[in-house]
Amino acid sequence: MSALLEVSGLQVAFGELRAVRGVSLTVGKGQTLAVVGESGSGKSITSLAVMGLLPAQARVVEGEISLDGVNLLDLAPEELRRLRGEELAMIFQDPLSALNPSLTVGYQIAEVFRRRRGASRAVATGRAVEAMAEVGIPDAAERAKAYPHEFSGGMRQRVMIAMALALEPRLLIADEPTTALDVTVQAQILRLLRERQRAGLAMIIISHDLGVVARTAQSVVVMYAGQAVESGTVAEVYGTPAHPYTLGLMAASPSARTGRRGIRPIDGNPPDLTALPSGCAFHPRCPFARERCRTETPALRPLPSGRTSACHFAEEVLAHDRAAGA
Amino acid sequence: MIGYLVRRLAQAVLLLFGAVTIVFLVLRVIPGDPAALILGSQATAQELAAKRDEMGLSDPLLAQYARHLGEIVRLDFGDSWRLGGDAFAAVLDRLPATITLAGFALLFTLALGFPLGVYAARHKGKLADRAVSYFSLTGQALPAFWVGIMLVLIFSRTLNILPATADGSALALVLPAFTLALPFLGWLARLVRNGTLEELGRDYVRTARSKGLSERVVFNIHVLRNTLTPVITVLGLILGNFIADAVIIEQVFAWPGIGSLMIESIQNRDYAVAEAAIILIAVFYIGLNLVVDLLYFALDPRVTLETV
Ligand SMILES: Nc1ncnc2c1ncn2[C@@H]1O[C@H](COP(=O)(O)OP(=O)(O)OP(=O)(O)O)[C@@H](O)[C@H]1O
Ligand code: SF4
Ligand SMILES: [Mg+2]
Repeated sequence: MSALLEVSGLQVAFGELRAVRGVSLTVGKGQTLAVVGESGSGKSITSLAVMGLLPAQARVVEGEISLDGVNLLDLAPEELRRLRGEELAMIFQDPLSALNPSLTVGYQIAEVFRRRRGASRAVATGRAVEAMAEVGIPDAAERAKAYPHEFSGGMRQRVMIAMALALEPRLLIADEPTTALDVTVQAQILRLLRERQRAGLAMIIISHDLGVVARTAQSVVVMYAGQAVESGTVAEVYGTPAHPYTLGLMAASPSARTGRRGIRPIDGNPPDLTALPSGCAFHPRCPFARERCRTETPALRPLPSGRTSACHFAEEVLAHDRAAGA
Repeated sequence: MIGYLVRRLAQAVLLLFGAVTIVFLVLRVIPGDPAALILGSQATAQELAAKRDEMGLSDPLLAQYARHLGEIVRLDFGDSWRLGGDAFAAVLDRLPATITLAGFALLFTLALGFPLGVYAARHKGKLADRAVSYFSLTGQALPAFWVGIMLVLIFSRTLNILPATADGSALALVLPAFTLALPFLGWLARLVRNGTLEELGRDYVRTARSKGLSERVVFNIHVLRNTLTPVITVLGLILGNFIADAVIIEQVFAWPGIGSLMIESIQNRDYAVAEAAIILIAVFYIGLNLVVDLLYFALDPRVTLETV
C-alpha cells in the first residue's frame, strides 16, 4: 500500500532555534496516525509545516513532505494553497479562537464553496447548512446565522469539522481536537471523526490523551524535543514501548484506555531547545541512561516488525517491558 | 440592554449638567461687566446698576444658577445683546458651517487614514511603514494653528491654488478640513496599522488560510472585518473632537461656524451666545460618545451586556 503522506527528515527553525529536528512519519491512505509527546515537542509545528501554514518567523530548513509522491515544499505558494481544503485540512485545539468572531459560522463554511467551487451565495449557504446538519448540529439552518461565540465548545468543534471537511479532503490533521472539551462532548466528537475515518478519511491526530489515541489511530509517532523517538502500531507501542520516554508516558498516564487527561509529566522538564543536552536529548531524565547516551546521539532505527526507536538500548527496554508484563 | 441604555443616558445627562454648571461659573467669574460693555463707558453707576438688575446679574449666584438651569432646559439662552435676536438661533445659524467642516475633515481622515494604515501594515518594518509612522507622529505633534497658517502660506499665498478663508466655494473647505483632520488622520493610520497587524496574527487567519482561501480574501474579508469595528467606534470620538477643535481652526481660517462665533462672543462678553455655543459643542461631544457606545453593540457580535 503506497503512502498518502510521507514526511522525511523534516527540520523547522525559528531563527537559531530548531523546533523540529528531523521528523519522519508516514500516513497510509485512509489510515490514522497519532502524534504524541509533551508540550513543546514540536507536534503542532510539524503539522503546520505539512499544511504550509508555518508562522512567518519559521522556516523549513531541511526535509521533504510528499503527498502522493509530490514534494509540497517544491510547490509554488499558489499551488499549495489550492491543495488546502481540497486535499489537506486541519482543525485546531481551540475552536473559539480558530473561528472568525465577526462572521457567522454559516458564512465561514459557505465561503469555502463560494471561493473554492464558485458556488453562488444561495447554493453555498445551502451546502453549508447541509454540512452543519451532517456533523450533528441541530437546527442547522437557524444556527448558520449565529456567530461563533454563540455556540458551545463542542458545537464549535463540530463547525470546525464541517468546515474542514467541506471539500472532502483526503487528509485531516486534527491538532488536539478534544482537549478543550468535557468527556461526553469529547466522545461525541471522536465518534464523528471515526465515522469519517470509516468513509475513507486519513487523519493525523495530535493528542495528549493516550486514550483518544487508542480509540482513533492505527499507528503512532512519539515526539520528544522536536524529534520522533519512537513509532509503530498503537498496539505495539502501547503494549511494549521501545523507548524509555514512551515508557515514561505510559507510566505517567493513569490508564491509557480510560484516563482522560492522559499524560502526566514525567520526572524532570522537557529540555530547553536552545541548550539541548549532548548525545541523547532525553538522557538527563532517562532511567536507562549510561555513559554512551551522553556522548553519542541515537539515530531512529528500525526494530523487528517494522517499528522504530531512537534509543541505543531499545532491545533492553523491550526486555524490560516483557519482564514487567510477566 | 434597556438597563444599560438607561445607565448610559443618565451618565450623559450628568456630564451635560456638569458642563452647564462649569460654563455658568466660568462665565460669571471671568472679569468684565456685561452691563458696562452694553452701555459703553459713558454710563453712570446708576444706569449700570439698573442694567445689571434688568439682566438679573445682581441676584445671588445660586438664584441665578437655578433660574438659568430652567432656561437651558427650555433652550432659552436669552438674547444676544450684540447680534440682537435669540442667542440659540444665532448659534444654530452657524451650525451648518461647522458640521460641513467636521464632516469633510472626517472624510479626509477616513479616506486617507484607513488606506495609509493598511498600507503600513502590509509593508511592516519597511520604508513605507516608517514613513507613515513618522507622518502620523508629526501630524499629532504639530499645533493645529501653526499647521493652518503654514498651509495658508503655501497653498494660498505662494501657490495661490486654494482659498485661505471661506469664500463660499467648496475649495475653501480643503485647507481647514485638512488641518482639522491631520492629527486624527495620523492617529487613525496607526490605529489601523496596529489593529491590522494584531488581527493578522490571530488564529482565525490561519484557519481561513487552511481552507485554501486566497490572501486577498483572507485580508479583505477576514482581517479587515475585524479591523473595522474599532475604527468605526472611534469615528464618533473623532467627530466629537472635530467639533471641539473647530474652535481653533475656524479662527485661523475665518470660518463662519460656531467655534468662531463662540470666540467672538466671549471676547464681547456676549454670555448668552457663548454659552449656547459651548453647550451645543458639549452636547455634540457627549452625544457622539453615546452613539459610539451603542454602535459598538451593533457592530461587534461578541459585545454583550456582560462584557461592558
Ligand atoms: N511562534 C513561535 N516562535 C518561536 N518559537 C516557537 C513558535 N511556535 C513554536 N515555537 C517553538 O517550537 C516548539 C514546538 O512548538 P509546538 O507548538 O509544535 O509544540 P507542541 O508539541 O504542539 O506543544 P503543545 O502540546 O503545547 O501544543 C516550542 O517549544 C517553541 O519553542
Ligand atoms: S539513548 Fe540512552 S538516554 Fe536516550 S533514551 Fe535510550 S537509554 Fe535513555
Ligand atoms: Mg500544539
